[in-house]
Amino acid sequence: MLKMLSNAWLIPIPPAVAFVLIVLVTKRFKLLSALLAIFAITLSFIYSIGILLEVLSQGITMNNPVEYSVNWLSLGGETIRPLLIEAGVLIDPLTSVMLVVVTLVALLVEIYSLGYMKGDPGFSVFFGYLSFFVMSMLGLVLANNYFMMFIFWELVGLCSYLLIGFYFHKHSAAKASKKAFITNRWGDFGFMLGIFSLFLIFGTFNFNDLAEAIGRQHGAFLIIPALLVLAGPIAKSAQFPLHVWLPDAMEGPTPVSALIHAATMVAAGVYLIARGYILFTGLEAVSFAIAYIGGFTALFAAIIAVVQFDIKRIIAFSTVSQLGYMVMALGVGSLSAGIFHLTTHAFFKALLFLAAGSVIHAAHTQNIFEMGGLSKSMKITTWSFIVGALSLSGIFPLAGFWSKDEILLVTLEKGFTGLYIIGSLVAFLTAFYVFRLVFVVFFGKKKTRAYESPLSMTVPLMVLAFLSITSGFAGAPFVEKGFSSFIYFQEPHHVQVNFLIMIGSTVLALGGIALAWAVYVKKLIDPVLVTDRARSLYVVVYNKFYIDEIYHWLFYRIMMNIGKAFNWNDRHVVDGIFDGIAGLTRAAGAKLRLVHTGNLQNYALVIFASVVIIVIWMAVPVLGGIQ
Amino acid sequence: MITLNHYLVLASLLFCIGLYCAIAKRNAIGILMGIELMLNAVNINLIAFNRFLVPGETTGHMFAIFVIVVAAAEVAVGLAIIINIYREKLSSAVEDFDWLKW
Repeated sequence: MLKMLSNAWLIPIPPAVAFVLIVLVTKRFKLLSALLAIFAITLSFIYSIGILLEVLSQGITMNNPVEYSVNWLSLGGETIRPLLIEAGVLIDPLTSVMLVVVTLVALLVEIYSLGYMKGDPGFSVFFGYLSFFVMSMLGLVLANNYFMMFIFWELVGLCSYLLIGFYFHKHSAAKASKKAFITNRWGDFGFMLGIFSLFLIFGTFNFNDLAEAIGRQHGAFLIIPALLVLAGPIAKSAQFPLHVWLPDAMEGPTPVSALIHAATMVAAGVYLIARGYILFTGLEAVSFAIAYIGGFTALFAAIIAVVQFDIKRIIAFSTVSQLGYMVMALGVGSLSAGIFHLTTHAFFKALLFLAAGSVIHAAHTQNIFEMGGLSKSMKITTWSFIVGALSLSGIFPLAGFWSKDEILLVTLEKGFTGLYIIGSLVAFLTAFYVFRLVFVVFFGKKKTRAYESPLSMTVPLMVLAFLSITSGFAGAPFVEKGFSSFIYFQEPHHVQVNFLIMIGSTVLALGGIALAWAVYVKKLIDPVLVTDRARSLYVVVYNKFYIDEIYHWLFYRIMMNIGKAFNWNDRHVVDGIFDGIAGLTRAAGAKLRLVHTGNLQNYALVIFASVVIIVIWMAVPVLGGIQ
Repeated sequence: MITLNHYLVLASLLFCIGLYCAIAKRNAIGILMGIELMLNAVNINLIAFNRFLVPGETTGHMFAIFVIVVAAAEVAVGLAIIINIYREKLSSAVEDFDWLKW
């Protein structure tokens, strides 16, 4: 039934309608607004499942995607280069998987928010924003050209800004939302220039047309456009050096952190790289840059995560680190591995965030050292968090194990030994910091009174825990038609089983867990002693390598002074010129208006004098008059 | 023998007198009178051209009669305006008619 696919543009419609209704009509009825939003996302989710099944049964592969579009804007033709902008949907396995991931996580997060946001004065608006976000994100996923994608790209950025600043009366939240928005502008600016330069070279925004054109002529002249487009994902997926906004984005409500800043929006950058993969993969230098940016970010963020105190910040740095993993996988040339990790990560990271939200909800603090022994009173939260943590650490047979191993396998296969070592090190650090969190928060001495969260919050946790365990089997090497023969670039490949890598990464992960256990449960090593021994290093890492301070200096000292110079130029030179022209005109007018005496007889005199002059002129042959 | 030229000279003299009157007079009624003189100079022209160029037809007469009718209407309206202004300002000098001036 192709009708289902051709009407795929309907998927973002229910959340959009829900957003409008909530904001304009039902804002005063809190529960109704929330139910409306949940109903809308359920519709989208069901439709997305339908699309996925349809894609599977129709045999739609990455190489023959389905595309439906209408011309949205069509300009030019003979004299100027024709500009054609389409509005359309592009459906291939990548799209269908993303649709399901986005709608499923969004659905669970919205149900969770019922409990988490209870009693908040902005309850209805929160659900309105969430619906708006889901609409934008689905539009981004479905877009069949860069232009449309860019529009939705900006919309998700806007939603992120609104939701980070949801508690806008808190100064830090307002600042964080501004920071996220401005940091993303840098990437968006490059992304926009990249799109325009691609259009100038190939004359189209459409993904498939571009892929075809790039396939025909690929060369070094594409390096600049590719790097410019890459700026978008670097900002949106929080890669070094534009990662600074994501940890601060934790000022938003925790469901937002789970949905937007862990599972979906930040994955949009990875999705963009995958969408325009042909552009990057043919350019060795660019692929190399992507791989090393990803690898460096993964390590960098994992190191910072080890020393943080704030439960959400630890998970946020973990997100940055895992996004680095995905970007690295795409950089070394495996679309399947990157997107597979994106999918599993969406589930287990959303789970970790929601469980952390449940903890914060109960303990009323975000500092992990003020919590402790929560496992006794919060059974479901504890166990789902541990499932998420195991999955994140990559313990067999949870989802994270399969996807992380595939990435490590690919890096080694393609000959990036350095990145393989970095990746393994990150796996070790990841296991260490997440279990440091687990042991400190859930075990040990009880420090706060806490009660298990309501059912609306624990049910999504259980669903996500189930998915964090099982979703990895889709891409496990022993599955015949697995993930990598569904989503791939150019030709499907089957994942090889490499026991050496599997055993290696498992040992490292277990080692990390064991170290965390030794330090925080058995107290064999005193962490305070270690930090005292390497005081200066600890301070540097704790302050996130002073990246924020460097930016602060850069912007306040250098950018502000440049801005001041431009401001002066604008006020005195540019304005001076135009004010001068305006003043001249006004002065001339003031003098010239005296000509109009208002006396009718003067006018009559002028008219008749003119007539006489014209008659004389026409009557005298010397002046060109009648002969 | 009176020729067309005599009439034209008479008409232009009359027109110039009327023009001078319309431009130079300070009194609004004087201006109206000057305009009447100019219109009548035109009438003389029309009749004279009709008489000397197309004697059998009455085109010029027709025009002249139209001009007289319109002039009568114009004077009626003009005088009414002037009388109203005079009641308001107690003056019929045109330099006092300056409310629309900047």
